[in-house]
Amino acid sequence: MTTLQLENLRKQFAPDVIPVKDISLSVEDGEFLTLLGPSGCGKSTLLRLIAGLEQPTAGAVKIGGNVLNDIAPGDRNMAMVFQSYALYPHMNVSENISTSLRLKNVPQEEIKRRIANVSEKLGLGHLLNRKPSALSGGQRQRVALARALVRDPEVFLLDEPLSNLDALLREQVRQELKELFKSQNKPVVYVTHDQTEAMTLSSKVAVLLDGIIQQLDPPRRIYTHPANKFVAGFVGSPQMNLLTLNCNQNKAILGDYGFPLPQKGQSAKMIDMGLRPEDIHIATPEDELTVEGHVFLEENFGREVLLSVKVKGSDQTLRALIPPDDEWDNENIKLGWSHRQMHWFDAQSGERIEAADSPVLAS
Amino acid sequence: MEDGGDGEDGGEQTTTNKQQPANKNQQPTNQQPKMQKDAIRQREQRTGWILITPALLVLALVFAYPIVRAFVLSLFTQNLGTELEPVFSGFTNYVRLFGDGRFWQTFGQTAIFTISSILLELVIGMVFALVLNETFRGRGLARTASLIPWALPTAVMGLAWAWIFNDQYGVVNDLLSRVGFIEDPITWLGDPVRAMIALIFADVWKTTPFIAILLLAGLQSIPQDLYEAHKIDGANPVQSFWSITLPLLTPQMLIALLFRFAQAFGIFDLIQVMTGGGPAGRTEMISNYIYATVRRYLDFGYGAALVVVTFLILIAAVAITAFLLSKTRINVTGER
Ligand SMILES: Nc1ncnc2c1ncn2[C@@H]1O[C@H](COP(=O)(O)OP(=O)(O)OP(=O)(O)O)[C@@H](O)[C@H]1O
Ligand SMILES: [Mg+2]
Repeated sequence: MTTLQLENLRKQFAPDVIPVKDISLSVEDGEFLTLLGPSGCGKSTLLRLIAGLEQPTAGAVKIGGNVLNDIAPGDRNMAMVFQSYALYPHMNVSENISTSLRLKNVPQEEIKRRIANVSEKLGLGHLLNRKPSALSGGQRQRVALARALVRDPEVFLLDEPLSNLDALLREQVRQELKELFKSQNKPVVYVTHDQTEAMTLSSKVAVLLDGIIQQLDPPRRIYTHPANKFVAGFVGSPQMNLLTLNCNQNKAILGDYGFPLPQKGQSAKMIDMGLRPEDIHIATPEDELTVEGHVFLEENFGREVLLSVKVKGSDQTLRALIPPDDEWDNENIKLGWSHRQMHWFDAQSGERIEAADSPVLAS
Repeated sequence: MEDGGDGEDGGEQTTTNKQQPANKNQQPTNQQPKMQKDAIRQREQRTGWILITPALLVLALVFAYPIVRAFVLSLFTQNLGTELEPVFSGFTNYVRLFGDGRFWQTFGQTAIFTISSILLELVIGMVFALVLNETFRGRGLARTASLIPWALPTAVMGLAWAWIFNDQYGVVNDLLSRVGFIEDPITWLGDPVRAMIALIFADVWKTTPFIAILLLAGLQSIPQDLYEAHKIDGANPVQSFWSITLPLLTPQMLIALLFRFAQAFGIFDLIQVMTGGGPAGRTEMISNYIYATVRRYLDFGYGAALVVVTFLILIAAVAITAFLLSKTRINVTGER
């Protein structure tokens, strides 16, 4: 039973370069944690801190309660898959895979057995004598994975392992990865800036911005209950509608329309309203909340149409994802949604405001 | 790797086979543009030849003519000391060369000088390169400063080293006697072994920076993440040096060796200035011997034979290195 724990981890490169500010989290056996965030938010740095390639300025990395700060990367028994794969160009595939075993003086027989084992699992059997330069992108990626798997490590660290693959291959490999790591039953930390990967692969997601965890929750909850405006805007495609609205008594005002505020006695003048395009539909008579407006942009994705709508009496825009066979009038479209699907955020801090009547669900 | 190559070739063949019938059907319609293409290519080729002709002419004059001339000359007996007219004598000069003790002695001395200095330069140059590859304060300055010896004219620095190793006034003896290592001054350049050591020392001092810079360029082209991956695989820095740095630096090392071999084997100026080949010809190199044969004994025919043999030895060495180089390219990058 291994638990990977990070305690108040901080990394400062220069007085004003602090890619990791204060991060604490834990990953259990069999848990798949994804670090998700925009470019430059410190994901790779955090992973390198865990691997021991960087020394933390403050805080600790622990496995099973033991502090690892003073332990060399090679002795941490963690395997890492690099974004660039970092395959040794002068070694063939089987040498690449077996390097860590040879460095640990594992007996030849055992090495052979393990290479055979892992290369069969990943379908590398016929490539064992090739050099990395003679492999396709997907094959290289699998060699990098094999190099991690063959060690039977306590923790897996993966830094955007799919980012060099084309879209189709990525989708296919994503499935394989999921099954592969399910069978390993070890803590996995996976870095990506691709939210689809984060949502499909992980058992929990840490959304990072500016070296701070914005939200640490299972993927579903990240989607349904974004903890703040940044997470709301970052997760979900197309992006959530985020509108800053004026408040008037117990209503938030959007053009000619008013929506009840999430909590009674709200005193702020402004509030941010969030609404996912996929939660908006062409209004039906049963809808509690509706607005009217005119369509000024239509983007057809095939499966759906993304409409950009100017709301009547306002110059704010709502984007709605509508099935293409629905019928609407471009000049006067009526959109509807339900209370439950609205997200509210404090206009100043950006923090989520839970609606008073909706029970706060525990994750 | 061979497997892969074969597989690919096979794949290509089958596809071309499949395409052939289709091509045949299309040929009548295609003929017109194809003819034009050929005409264009022909014209381009002609222009190409015209453009490189001046360069070829220069090469022929500067390289080919002297080489051929030297070979022809080596088949004649022409010694201005005894007679003026060249007399054709076939391979007599080469036969003489085989029995020439002085040739073989200088050959051996040249080999010793070349091998020791380039090996030392390679090792020390590698150390320099590794140090200069680390980030530290004043690295730029250190890089520039390390190139100074290489930029000095050999004759000038040979003279300086001759004084440094001078038995009466030299710095080396002065230092050694101050430290108390020696009582009487050592005759550095008067003893065969010590003179050779002094020569090698001076040559290493001068040309190590060249190798260091060449290797440094190679070091900088090795991606950092390979070292990180190796570290995570459990390697210490020494292991990383042997199994990442050295193999990936082989091309640069071979190129450095090739350059230095050709240079050191033909060394002339340093010897001429520092020891003049002495004592008793025990530091004389092939170039110095050839120089003496031609300029002092005015034996042009034999001198030419010496030149030709040296030239062939050098060519062989270059060819072997080039071959090894092409092999490691394949090994390192997997490309052909
Ligand atoms: N060795 C270093 N010295 C100084 N600054 C660094 C160093 N390494 C990273 N940084 C800085 O830290 C910040 C975070 O970098 P990091 O590589 O962790 O980003 P990331 O989240 O992985 O981004 P990406 O998605 O583009 O890979 C960046 O602003 C980067 O410039
Ligand atoms: Mg990164």
